[in-house]
Amino acid sequence: MTLLARLKSWEGFLLAALVAIIIANATLSPQFLTLSNQINLFQLSIEKIIVALIMTFIIINAEIDLSVGSMMGLAACAFGFLFASGVPAGLACLLVLLIGALGGALNGLFIAWVGLPSLVVTLATLIGFRGLARVLVEDRGITGFPDWFDALGQRGLVGDIPLALILFAGLFVLFHIVLAHSGFGRKTYLIGNNREVAAFAGIDTARHKLILFTLSGLVAALAGLLFAARVGAVRGDVANGFELDIITMVLLGGVSIFGGRGSLVGTLLAVLIVLNLRNGMALLNITGHIQTGVIGILLIASVIAPRIDPGALLRRRAGRAEEGPTG
Amino acid sequence: MLRLMDRLNPQVLRILALLAVLVAVILFFAAVVPNYLNGRLFNRVSSSVAIMALIATAQTLVIITRNIDLSIGSTVGFVAFATGSLITNNPDLGPVVLVLYAMALGAVFGAINGLLVAFARVPSIIVTLGTMALFRSALVEYSDSKSISTANLPEWLVSFPNTVLWQWGQMQFRAAFVAAVVVVLIVHVALSRLRAARRLYAIGSNPEAAEMAGIDTRKTVFVAFVLAGALAGLGGFMFLARFGTITVVAGLGFELKSVAAAVVGGVNIFGGSGTVIGALIGAILVDLIDTSLVRWQMVSEFWREAVLGILILLSVAADALLMRRLVAARAAREHRKAEERIARELAAQAQGPAP
Repeated sequence: MTLLARLKSWEGFLLAALVAIIIANATLSPQFLTLSNQINLFQLSIEKIIVALIMTFIIINAEIDLSVGSMMGLAACAFGFLFASGVPAGLACLLVLLIGALGGALNGLFIAWVGLPSLVVTLATLIGFRGLARVLVEDRGITGFPDWFDALGQRGLVGDIPLALILFAGLFVLFHIVLAHSGFGRKTYLIGNNREVAAFAGIDTARHKLILFTLSGLVAALAGLLFAARVGAVRGDVANGFELDIITMVLLGGVSIFGGRGSLVGTLLAVLIVLNLRNGMALLNITGHIQTGVIGILLIASVIAPRIDPGALLRRRAGRAEEGPTG
Repeated sequence: MLRLMDRLNPQVLRILALLAVLVAVILFFAAVVPNYLNGRLFNRVSSSVAIMALIATAQTLVIITRNIDLSIGSTVGFVAFATGSLITNNPDLGPVVLVLYAMALGAVFGAINGLLVAFARVPSIIVTLGTMALFRSALVEYSDSKSISTANLPEWLVSFPNTVLWQWGQMQFRAAFVAAVVVVLIVHVALSRLRAARRLYAIGSNPEAAEMAGIDTRKTVFVAFVLAGALAGLGGFMFLARFGTITVVAGLGFELKSVAAAVVGGVNIFGGSGTVIGALIGAILVDLIDTSLVRWQMVSEFWREAVLGILILLSVAADALLMRRLVAARAAREHRKAEERIARELAAQAQGPAP
């Protein structure tokens, strides 16, 4: 794709919007462009945007995973439970990641092998995983994690940059290479475009979906651990409702809900737009609920806007004028 | 067994299966919870299911057309608040005006969704994900960080849900539950008898074919969203009457609960099949399990959601596998019939043509 074509695409539009928002924010507040504000801006939603990376794969594959918010909650609570029962924090982290992969594989089994719609399966596990999280911690809050664990979430690892942000950047690069430049990525698009055709082309679509959902559970569990470390405490309602925020970011990035189209660059730009916009609105003292409403309008507009093509309108009008005399 | 089953209408079969599960769940809890089967259980479940029955019915209307309404919880919340604020400021308004206000307001929200889905052709999951946030922030703005409280509501409204219409032993048929069931029955009759309503199923099972058959798919989908909004508005009214105290979080999470009730009730998430009676039984089943697990000493009440998730997964998986076998059995029967017919024709030909 040439540079010009890329700029005219949805990603180009997102980039222009992002630049406009950053300029507006920078004029609003001189603090905005400082490194600490920029890190803070990421830190507030870091767990959601990490999960948005794997959600991009899932939606391109023409599936959806509604259970990620509950899996983040389950992971955080499982960590709290294991830690409170005397398991060393390091081992607890590994066990929690295993739980995440198993939970994701459970989704994958029902979707890929039983053949149930992912919307239904992950709606059920959204309720089920959240339930397990509540079973583990009941109505307590668990806190008092080791210092190294809290520090990983709260303090900079390299200079001022915390672990979660480094993980996000690393996963972004890795996932982008996989999605855009590997066979696995091409299969993700192909299956998302047309599962039957992909199956006829000899792709094991069930296996592919199983891998994707297992990864989704694993990444969500990782995000849940990061949440526990950042906040330093867990409760039964950790990450409640995050799934819809995450899906909104991915769709805003131009990933088609019908699968087959989208990119991680689009998701990254949408993530940056949402974070900067929220930060800017916070600078203007606009409350969280209204911020969410604005993101909601953006989401709907993002689907309508690309279809409004002034060139096509003019051509249609010209066409009608030509048809006029003969018809 | 399978041969008997494939002669029944699949929808009837689904409802019979759901009722069987309902009875099994009741028997199970009756066996493990002492003093379980009594009128109080019925009263408790029926009072709390009245709201969800309406919302699940609304959700079903939309799902049948191969769409989804994730904004339904925000609609319920907004309508409950706005209706509460109307009656607080004008205590003399009658019930009819108030109910109509709630339904009209809900219908307006439904129309916004419907316009964007049917005419702007934005996928419903995106539209309603957006309007879910939008309606909720409209509520936050409208409420001005106040809340509605029971003390300011008129007596008739607060006492309405618990008014006992008639009593059978300890079982009380309360107004809210009876009203909800009547609404569900009306919608059911309309869906199964009205030609216009059959269009919803036609669109859900195959939008292109429906279009070719001359159905105005845009108008029909729009109407489905408006009706769902109006029903959600009625649900908002019930919510106000039952809880009295309304804050900005009213109805939060109802969107997914209503989808769950519909899906457990056998409504196909890909549209084209399902009944509102099924959705009603689905809502009752979910509520029954929720209520009963609290009373089961063996497990902590925190298991409620976990068990519910498993139940939804299993019921949908069982439904899908059973339907697949039914379809296969039906196809095999058709195949056998066709073979027999061909064999007969061949035999007739072999006997030589009639003179």
